[in-house]
Amino acid sequence: MQWSTLIVFLVLFVFVTVLGFIAAHWRKGDLNQLHEWGLGGRRFGTLVTWFLMGGDLYTAYTFIAVPALVFGAGAIGFFAVPYTIVAYPIVFAVLPRLWYVAHKHNYVTGADFVRGRYDSPLLALLVALTGILATMPYIALQLVGMEVVISALGFPMSGWAADLPLLTAFVVLAAFTYTSGLRAPALIAIVKDTLVYITVIAAVVIIPMQLGGFGKIFAAVPPAKVLLAVPTGQSLGMYSAFATLALGSALALFVYPHVLTGVLAARNPRTLTRNMAFLPAYSLVLGLLALLGFMALAAGVDKVPQYAPFFKQYANNFAVPALLMHSFPGWFVGVGFAAIVIGALVPAAIMSIAASNLWTRSIYRAYINPKCTEAQEASQAKLASLVVKFGALVFVLVMPATYAIQFQLLGGIWIIQILPALVFGLYTRWFDRYALALGWLAGMSVGTAIAAHLKFASSIYPLHAFGYAIPGYAALYSLILNIVIAVILTVVLRLLGVTGGQDQTLPGDYHAVRSA
Amino acid sequence: MTTSHSPSGIHPRLWWRLLLLVPIVATLWVPWYNHLEPTFIGIPFLYWYLLLWVPLSSVCSAVVYFKTRDLA
Repeated sequence: MQWSTLIVFLVLFVFVTVLGFIAAHWRKGDLNQLHEWGLGGRRFGTLVTWFLMGGDLYTAYTFIAVPALVFGAGAIGFFAVPYTIVAYPIVFAVLPRLWYVAHKHNYVTGADFVRGRYDSPLLALLVALTGILATMPYIALQLVGMEVVISALGFPMSGWAADLPLLTAFVVLAAFTYTSGLRAPALIAIVKDTLVYITVIAAVVIIPMQLGGFGKIFAAVPPAKVLLAVPTGQSLGMYSAFATLALGSALALFVYPHVLTGVLAARNPRTLTRNMAFLPAYSLVLGLLALLGFMALAAGVDKVPQYAPFFKQYANNFAVPALLMHSFPGWFVGVGFAAIVIGALVPAAIMSIAASNLWTRSIYRAYINPKCTEAQEASQAKLASLVVKFGALVFVLVMPATYAIQFQLLGGIWIIQILPALVFGLYTRWFDRYALALGWLAGMSVGTAIAAHLKFASSIYPLHAFGYAIPGYAALYSLILNIVIAVILTVVLRLLGVTGGQDQTLPGDYHAVRSA
Repeated sequence: MTTSHSPSGIHPRLWWRLLLLVPIVATLWVPWYNHLEPTFIGIPFLYWYLLLWVPLSSVCSAVVYFKTRDLA
């Protein structure tokens, strides 16, 4: 450990902690109301929304997990770039409708919408539970990212003292989320992005110069890792895996509770659509960070003796921290590490807020205390944000973490199952609520079974069809099953004369008032 | 400005949204870009092609935004 690294890191960390508590006073509102605590009063403009959604989407996933996959497995890890490219146009086209209808009916979560649209507390409950469950491994990924970096700062890696730094970060996160709500991560996101951009630009300029240019970097990578394996006679191989990982992740992304929170906290839908043109700036950062995986290979950081114990403990996830330490002076490593840890804190805060909005609106108020006051609602949400984070800790402890990205991919398998109810629901009431619930059940069961079958160490399932093996992301396969079942059962239930319940929303609620 | 609706109820200018499909198809059809050559400053095609689509997708989104913003 270098003292300069530790000091720079701690100064930045203390700074954002203070900022997190000060945020309670920013654009002041009554934090005892759920939409103030959990949606920042729905007043965020284009720039804050950009920082907030960037803070949402670019996380320890970007800094640790994706480069780790590139480092360990090569080109397949680059699926994250098409993933983010594909995600934005979909968000652009779909989510403004959610914003309008949510604003009109004061929906705080996706589950609120589903409940109103389908007149179905059951379906809303399923959507809420799925959201809370899927958020946990995603927060777990953030915790793993923080853990890796904190250990690299030189704290002990075993014994009770090893847990202390992560616990500190965890308590700080929990405390400022509790007091300031969504305002805290929104404000910290601005600092985070500044640090991230500084680190990334320095890394992609300086490290390739040190290594003798991109040509040399790619020459040092084993050829099998540079390109995707070409399909053979019997299998589509990495082609289908790559494309389905990208598409499945993109579809999963925009039904995550924390993404919907970012959407609903925007001042107006134009704020959102404008952002869809600006947000790809983050995708560029993500792509450049992914290349760090190859740079770490070329630099041979896994063969440096002093990093060996870290690679043993954290496997490929240590690639980026090792590369930073290998390439930069101590103080700048502090900046980079602070970027990673703060970049994990921000989304962890937003995710836990989103999950607790779900708990409060769709479970607590719907099933436990329907007559609760606004203040009770907000205090429930604050407590729930703590519980969700502890749930995430459990995932860290029980899941293997050779590739941290598995946490996020597992979350994707779960969250994508609410897509039919939520997204199709924005366009049509054709689907029957019970058919959607059973489709969800099928998708959840099969998706989880596949993940368990792969021992939670992979999310690529080799589907056999028409004499081919088509390896693909389990989330996409289970979603297809989900949709097929929902369609078939809707037809069957209609034929049996089952009626659909009362739709709270009107067609005009889904867009701006138009002049005729 | 007239906001005439077609019989289907979809405003003609909303067809601009089809432009959003272009980056999706271009980045998901792997055989188009799983090559080493041509390289760019030493970076294999696969990587710079996908990175290039980041700004291009921004352009697509921006065009759709400006063409349809009054329709939101």
